[in-house]
Amino acid sequence: MIDHPNEEQLVLYYYGESAESAEHLAACENCRESYQALQRVLNTVDSFPVPEREEGYEARVWDELKGQLQPLRPWYRRWPTWRPVAMATAMAAMLLAAFFAGRTTKRPALAETVQLRERVLLVALGAHLERTRMWLVEFSNARPRDGRLDIGWEQGVAESLLEENRLYRQTAASNGDYAVTALLEELERVMVEVAHSPTSMPERQWEELRQRIEERSLLFKVNVFRSQFENREAGRSTTL
Amino acid sequence: MEDSLAVALAKGGDGDAYRLLVERYSRGVFRLAYRMMGNEQDAEDVVQETFLRAYRHLGRWDGRSSFETWIYRIAANYSLDLLRVRKRTSVTSAEGDHPCFGPGPDRLLHSREVQRQVAATLETCSEMERTAFVLRHFEGQSIEEIGVALGVSANSTKQSIFRAVHKLRRALEPLVNHP
Repeated sequence: MIDHPNEEQLVLYYYGESAESAEHLAACENCRESYQALQRVLNTVDSFPVPEREEGYEARVWDELKGQLQPLRPWYRRWPTWRPVAMATAMAAMLLAAFFAGRTTKRPALAETVQLRERVLLVALGAHLERTRMWLVEFSNARPRDGRLDIGWEQGVAESLLEENRLYRQTAASNGDYAVTALLEELERVMVEVAHSPTSMPERQWEELRQRIEERSLLFKVNVFRSQFENREAGRSTTL
Repeated sequence: MEDSLAVALAKGGDGDAYRLLVERYSRGVFRLAYRMMGNEQDAEDVVQETFLRAYRHLGRWDGRSSFETWIYRIAANYSLDLLRVRKRTSVTSAEGDHPCFGPGPDRLLHSREVQRQVAATLETCSEMERTAFVLRHFEGQSIEEIGVALGVSANSTKQSIFRAVHKLRRALEPLVNHP
């Protein structure tokens, strides 16, 4: 039995997405006619007119646009992209230093290594919570316009925080620190939702998320944990 | 100046470099926006918003696709959002403000009817069907690229295009194949 291509296969062939039908079309007159009818329709669509723009249109677009462009911050001031990397690098460097210190010095260095590792973790987690706090504040204080909110910036930050957050949550869970794990889990759910939402978020969705942040006192909890870490870190600094 | 260099300079705060990109692609973005929105005012808004968003997110362009493809994606996604909002808030005219071009009275009449049908049929397509079709048919983007741009699977993109083509075929065939 001969398999004649259906309309969908002909559409794919027309757009060059598949060459499967080529051989059949060359041999089958009926299908060729059917394809030509489709071709005529789609070629006609090309005549769909677009009004020409006046001469100097490009300059007009630029003139209207330039007043709205805020100066971009130089790359080294855009913390969402480089700070986590720098933090991770610093952490890795310090942990490596601690590791090598443990290997190259005598036994008593082991305790110092553990202390150093904990200290690095406290500093890094404190910094992570500070960035998360800033992000939550920005998100909660945003002002939707015409029923929508452009969350492009918040999404970029959420994506970068999410990676760090997972790492810290896993570390906290493996250390048996259940309170920190629970907080990071809650934060992760909000970050995931923001990261996976459309850039233009409907105001209703934003309002629901904002209320969830408020009802679960996420900002308050983040502040409490952050200051606890700072105090613990300050306490250790005086003893180290 | 190549797009990648202009983007790098614009990221460093060089306004003239971004101006070059705006001037290079504003007509193309307008054409895409007009085909999506069906009227000049909305298309102009899409052009402004597209270049504004692109500027804010210049850091996200990683050079894997061309700058042109990237900016068209932003325009298509914004148009899609706008179409959804428009659909909820207003009733649009099936005729839009599509101008008519073409020589000779008979051909003019026929061509006008065809153009009216194209515009009216695109109005009946869902936002996703219209976006996928415009990107495939007019912008020449592949089904895979469109799927990535709109955040849907290649199969779902394909189905949207098939449905749009089917609707256009039903509306235009009597005019085109049996005029």
